[in-house]
Amino acid sequence: MQYRFKIAGGDFSNAGTVASSVKKILRQLNINHTVSKRIVIALYEAEVNVVAHAYSGLVEIDIDSEKLRAYIADKGPGIPDIPKAMEEGFSTASPQVREMGFGAGMGLSNMKRNCDILNITSEPGTGTNVEMITYFKPDAR
Amino acid sequence: MPDKNPHTEFHHALRVNKNACTGCTHCMTVCQTKAIRVRNGKARIIANRCVDCGECYKVCPVSAISVEQDDLQMIFDYEARVILIPSIFIGQFSHKIPASSIYSALKDIGFTHVFQVENTVDMVLEAYSEYRQKNEIRPLISSFCPAIVRLIQVRFPSLVDNIMRVNPPIDMSALYYLEQLKASGIPAEKTGLFYATPCAAKIAAIKSPVGDTESVITGVINMNFLYNKIQRYLQNTSAEKNMPVTDDLLNSRGILWSLTRGEAVHCDKRALAVDGIRNVTEILEDVENDKLGSVEFLELRACDEGCAGGILMTGNRFLTVERLRKLASEHAGSKEDKDKKLSDRFINVKEHSFLGNIEPRNIEKLDEDFNVAMKKMARKRRMMCFLPGFDCGACGAPDCQTLAEDIVQGRAQISHCVFLQHQLVKQNLLSHEKAGKITEEIWGNERLEKNCNKIGAEDENY
Ligand SMILES: Nc1ncnc2c1ncn2[C@@H]1O[C@H](COP(=O)(O)OP(=O)(O)OP(=O)(O)O)[C@@H](O)[C@H]1O
Ligand code: SF4
Ligand SMILES: [Mg+2]
Repeated sequence: MQYRFKIAGGDFSNAGTVASSVKKILRQLNINHTVSKRIVIALYEAEVNVVAHAYSGLVEIDIDSEKLRAYIADKGPGIPDIPKAMEEGFSTASPQVREMGFGAGMGLSNMKRNCDILNITSEPGTGTNVEMITYFKPDAR
Repeated sequence: MPDKNPHTEFHHALRVNKNACTGCTHCMTVCQTKAIRVRNGKARIIANRCVDCGECYKVCPVSAISVEQDDLQMIFDYEARVILIPSIFIGQFSHKIPASSIYSALKDIGFTHVFQVENTVDMVLEAYSEYRQKNEIRPLISSFCPAIVRLIQVRFPSLVDNIMRVNPPIDMSALYYLEQLKASGIPAEKTGLFYATPCAAKIAAIKSPVGDTESVITGVINMNFLYNKIQRYLQNTSAEKNMPVTDDLLNSRGILWSLTRGEAVHCDKRALAVDGIRNVTEILEDVENDKLGSVEFLELRACDEGCAGGILMTGNRFLTVERLRKLASEHAGSKEDKDKKLSDRFINVKEHSFLGNIEPRNIEKLDEDFNVAMKKMARKRRMMCFLPGFDCGACGAPDCQTLAEDIVQGRAQISHCVFLQHQLVKQNLLSHEKAGKITEEIWGNERLEKNCNKIGAEDENY
């Protein structure tokens, strides 16, 4: 089953709506709540990154009997040095963004912790693609 | 097969009075757990979805929602007839009426002992610190408001482990007084413990508690009922009687406990106090997204201004809060007030401080089986392509999505939507007669006849 969502860059008041919708879907599908908690946290971080750092984004969620795959593609500045960005505490967030409580540089590492497979590709100046896969059975990777 | 596990069957204290209900849908639209549908022109509460928060009671324009209570006569089955009074009860009365007059009124009604509910708050606070040390999960969520505990169970199942499984003051105090009366020679079976409740949620929690416990409370008396009795008594009794409370241990922390911030102020780390069930729903969404950061403790209450805003409270909630704050500040200076050692006397009941497991009970799941749930989900999404999305409630469900869910669960039909019904009739897929029947099933058969005896019509209050 597939779901699609749009994310508007810069719109912090709506950041989290994709995560909340997916959360509801997972409850309806009776997915174990420890697993769904991880999915939602990772997705929320990915969503906020689009809002905070990019111009616009599209989210695709694919659910089958064993896993959830989230694919987040954005148009934006891209990430020039991905390993660097993955480091805890690294952030290029503006002071304004920090004032809103974002920009601790923890998002990407939080995403890595909370999914089973994380793939990030990026073309600087064009955008970033994030793929996250989480298995419903904790030992099914 | 119906689930007969006692932990999944729930006692509810809210009732729809079928004679008074006009099927207006106000309750259906405010319900946070979508627990109400209209059938045969009357609201119906779905038991496993209801959390007894009382939003429907507050919004009902014809007072058709009522709160069950035990018969007052029941107290006379007992030798020791204890009334457990929360501080908010006293806060409803003008400051000119001393608490002692209120207590004597309670004795006049037939109670032999008047005890204060919040006497054990210092012991509960000790249990809070112990719990915080032993459990790593954050934020911890107070278990004080039973409507919130149930809301988390049904709507935020992933957060049940955040609920702090500590017995609230009412249960600890009830246990304590039972012990005390035993010590004074009155056996437990001759003691009736009655709780003056500000809300339906507390009744439900006493009649079917969460966390593997059984309540020692014998019965509940609704506060609005007691309030009326006492006002009458005070009006008809000229001589000022001064009846002291049986065991006065109340301190400023106890007086304020059930008001907003009453618990949160005692946390030395970041703590938020949120009142009102909509606000609570919003904050719980944020907790699920891991959005709150390093918050240690959440005090969440279903009612505005905490229990001062309980549905069975008669007094104006803001005045109640003002009076109690004043009372607390009068207490706050005294030496006894600071003396936390008081809790030594509760040593006998301390072992009951903690609750057992609280189970999640996800009400949104479309099916236990994942593959079936996926199929139902696909059907529901297809259905949503056709339902108009007005969320008008004319189908007897609170919104189009809920109707779609009811349809895939076999509890409703697509023709329940008035707009789709119209289309079906136009395309000759449904007869006029059948359509009329469907409308009657939802709205009853008298609904579209002229009736001036309704709000805003000619015979409004007649
Ligand atoms: N979608 C994106 N587009 C462009 N840059 C990104 C994107 N996602 C992350 N980055 C870059 O990677 C850095 C680290 O991201 P990360 O999510 O770990 O931290 P943050 O967003 O800065 O702060 P936090 O997530 O803790 O609020 C960001 O500061 C930004 O420079
Ligand atoms: S806030 Fe108090 S009065 Fe309101 S539902 Fe919760 S416990 Fe009852
Ligand atoms: Mg981030």
